[in-house]
Amino acid sequence: MSSSVVERSAGQRRTLPGGPPPRRRRRPSLPYLLLIPALVLELGVHIVPMLVGIWMSLLELTQFHIRDWSTAPFVGWENYRVTLDVDSAAGKELLHSFWVTIVYTVISVALSWVIGVTAAVFTQRPFRGRAFLRALFLTPYALPAFAAVIIWTFMFQRDNGLINHVLVEQLHLVDEPPFWLIGPNSIVAVIVVTVWKLWPFAFLCLMAGLQNVPTELYEAAAIDGAGFWRRLRSVTLPMLRPVNRVVLLVLFLWTFNDFTTPYVLFGGSAPREADLVSVHIYKSSFVTWNFGTGSAMSVALLAFLLVVTAVYLLITNRRRFDA
Amino acid sequence: MRESAGERWARRVVLTVLALFVLVPLYAMVSSAAKPLQDVQGVFTWIPTHPTAQAFVDMWSTVPLGRYLVNSLLVSSVAAVISVAIAILAAFAVSRYRFRGRQLFSVTVLSTQMFPGILFLLPLFLLFVNLDNTLGTSLYASRTGLIITYLTFSLPFSIWMLVGYFDSIPRELDEAAAVDGAGPMRTLFRVILPTAVPGIVAVTVYAFMTAWGEVLFASVMTDENSRTIAVGLKGYSTQSQVYWNQVMAASLVVSVPVVAGFLALQRYFVAGLTAGAVK
Amino acid sequence: MSKRHLAMAVAAVLAAASLTACGDGADSGSDGKTLTYWASNQGPSLEADKTILQPELDKFKQQTGIEVKVEVVPWSDLLNRLLAAATSGKGPDVVNIGNTWSASLQATGAFLQFDDATLGQVGGKDRFVPAALAAAGAEGKPPTAVPIYSLSYALYYNKKMFAEAGIASPPTTWAELAEAGKKLTKPNQWGLAVEGSNPSENAHHAFTFSQQYGGAWFDKSGKATFDTPQNVAAVKRYVNFMAGDKIVNPGNAEYAQNQAVSDFANGKAAMLLWQAAGSSLKAQNMPADAYGVAPVPFLENAPAGGKKVNSMVAGINMAVFNFTKNKDGALKFVKFMTSDEEQVQLNKTYGSLPSVKPAAADPAFAAPEQKVLAEVLNTSAAPLPQVAQESQFETLVGGIIKELFADAASGKPITDEAIKTKLSNAQQQVK
Repeated sequence: MSSSVVERSAGQRRTLPGGPPPRRRRRPSLPYLLLIPALVLELGVHIVPMLVGIWMSLLELTQFHIRDWSTAPFVGWENYRVTLDVDSAAGKELLHSFWVTIVYTVISVALSWVIGVTAAVFTQRPFRGRAFLRALFLTPYALPAFAAVIIWTFMFQRDNGLINHVLVEQLHLVDEPPFWLIGPNSIVAVIVVTVWKLWPFAFLCLMAGLQNVPTELYEAAAIDGAGFWRRLRSVTLPMLRPVNRVVLLVLFLWTFNDFTTPYVLFGGSAPREADLVSVHIYKSSFVTWNFGTGSAMSVALLAFLLVVTAVYLLITNRRRFDA
Repeated sequence: MRESAGERWARRVVLTVLALFVLVPLYAMVSSAAKPLQDVQGVFTWIPTHPTAQAFVDMWSTVPLGRYLVNSLLVSSVAAVISVAIAILAAFAVSRYRFRGRQLFSVTVLSTQMFPGILFLLPLFLLFVNLDNTLGTSLYASRTGLIITYLTFSLPFSIWMLVGYFDSIPRELDEAAAVDGAGPMRTLFRVILPTAVPGIVAVTVYAFMTAWGEVLFASVMTDENSRTIAVGLKGYSTQSQVYWNQVMAASLVVSVPVVAGFLALQRYFVAGLTAGAVK
Repeated sequence: MSKRHLAMAVAAVLAAASLTACGDGADSGSDGKTLTYWASNQGPSLEADKTILQPELDKFKQQTGIEVKVEVVPWSDLLNRLLAAATSGKGPDVVNIGNTWSASLQATGAFLQFDDATLGQVGGKDRFVPAALAAAGAEGKPPTAVPIYSLSYALYYNKKMFAEAGIASPPTTWAELAEAGKKLTKPNQWGLAVEGSNPSENAHHAFTFSQQYGGAWFDKSGKATFDTPQNVAAVKRYVNFMAGDKIVNPGNAEYAQNQAVSDFANGKAAMLLWQAAGSSLKAQNMPADAYGVAPVPFLENAPAGGKKVNSMVAGINMAVFNFTKNKDGALKFVKFMTSDEEQVQLNKTYGSLPSVKPAAADPAFAAPEQKVLAEVLNTSAAPLPQVAQESQFETLVGGIIKELFADAASGKPITDEAIKTKLSNAQQQVK
């Protein structure tokens, strides 16, 4: 990257996103004042309930005790021992669900991002119908999640669905109509739906990010004789890095924790092949009324996400300073 | 700079495929909304054999769609506006100041985005009820409670994304404003915000959509007066059957204001709008 | 200058916040003159339910001066809302609950116990249909609710298809049903429709079959006994309609949104095992004379210990939250809703059966469908296990049957061994 066009276009170097800014603190209280509203809200709505949630994971919180939590026996690590013991039936199921979720998340995020970048780059230059296409691309994102998913449930039906109608009757690609909502294909189905719903968001953010790429950079690159791929590699992607850094993380966390898509797509009971962890935990805590073990699973999940995010930030931060 | 013929064709092919990917489900929605229920339950056909607009009439009486729509629009837009306003202040501090606790703040706020909703749904509900009982607020099953919840859902990433966008705005602009004697808030409002408009719009859309589509919390924290579209649409799937055609019709109709809003925001994404500010 | 901007920003945020703070929020009455009631979705839609209930509530207000605010809560949300209410002590005064939840909800202690004195206030224990009252809480404890709408399973069959296939009378044993199903299965038509991806439906059938094989899902002490040979046989018998007898369209393995009813109504399947399907069939334009109703079949050779049970006691109960500030009014309302007049009126409208004896004799329930349902309910229905872990049974066992249907649909063999392994696994997860 260091020999990129960006480096060579004089005067642009400093417009690159840099590390922490140089402004001196003349009024040390101001930044804190600015943070207060955000802090108060996050504390109240996320952090305090979260701490309660962690406490829940240390209790035997079944229907016998939810009305008065003080009666719930404190069991310490027992819930964790039960749910994370990979030799037990429950532990095996959770581990399975966890792997399914990782596969699902990685594929969905990768596809959404690639499609988002492609669409953003190709609609960067004005052409007839561009405004229409941009609005069209954002439409899946504008549908309420329930609506976006239920239409796919409808299309994925084996006997009456659009997908099999096209595959079997119109294109004759397969003889026997496959199942999409149960069995091994269900993971494909949930990925398709997720990508359909998610990529417009990547598109939106990257499109906004591209607005800050100075045209001079492209002009300089063009003068240097850089082709499409080289411009993409040397100008577009490096300039999108600060936005990408956040967008990829958003997509990852969102997808990992997404509840609505699998819940609506499979009507509340996901097939084993697509037993995503959010629905798995929901079943373990809300449907079966065992909030202690459910919370323990959630806390374990949270710990995993924290580690992944920390590693991700460390890596991307280092690259940021290297750039 | 000109586009080569190869690029032009690549662009056309790629955009056509993407448009189809987006359009087919939307078309399935439109065509199903225009069919009687019995046809929707039968084998799929591209063209409705008995086209009817009955679903668009019936959908208003099967569930109180109008009320849900108003709730959703109100909750989502207020949550989005407040969330983005708070995020702008916080992002400005993080992007333009070095202060003790800066890293801690960023990491803490970001980590809240990882909290699985299922873990704190019940505690949050309890918190709201207790606040209502002790302070006399009305958060339980109210739109206010929902707004507060949703705006914090989008807040962490709004801050992060805005920090990203603010970081990409050259600091020479701040310095120039400072030389002109502008204080920090003036710099924010006069220099940074106008430059960051596309980013702010993207974040607003994000915050709006986060609230617009949320199902889990809304299913527990609303009653029939505060219920949002996201959960309200489930009302078409009843004890005895699913009114497929009405779900499709209702989904289309409720999406119209949002898509219209997107169209209206288009102009903020026109390339070059911010170019002048950058130079 | 900068301070002014900051102040402006803060003011804008506050203004927006206060804008939304006005004029909403739930209030529950403490003056003894109002009640909040969460009704379940019984009719064709939430709005239809409101229209049906409102005149009755007006009548109640006329009689007692108590105003009832009703909210019809969709089934998908009802249990979570009840849970939140039970946990926080804030919610409605009176609620409808699915009767299979009774023991679970009873365990929370958040609901008023209907001991003999309390039952006396709503008309006395003897008024209620015994089977229905048996599904209102754990055995040996005062019920946690009283039944208001009762239902049972029946076999619905398409008369025209039966005549075409030369079948004179509906099957009374599972062997006959499989036999008839084979005659009825031909291109674009299947013998039986099942809701293969709906865990609750699957679990209900698993319960009935298990009873007929002499099994049980929980023992007397409330411990899960999933992997007994009887339960394996029960699950296998049900899944075998698709896997072995091949009288069920493999596509039914993914049904979870009452498509089985639609298939029956639209003439794609000749038989359906369902609880009080009449009103749904009517809503889907199937005339009442097009189908016949018969009791759910039994095993041809009942094994030792096999019970004469061919349906769960299905239905809706009415419960009162302990935290109500208007207990008197709440009980008056329960009494009103279980009065003969209301029972006839509401159950007639919903196509269900009255839960009180005097109303059950009303001519409104003399139609062929209701007669069969009532007979089953009174003679051969048993309540699902009234244990706190009942929902785990439905989720786990219903989920296993869903997986088995998926296997069957893709042609995989269904072995006793595989069923037993899955059931053992599930049993270990029950707490």
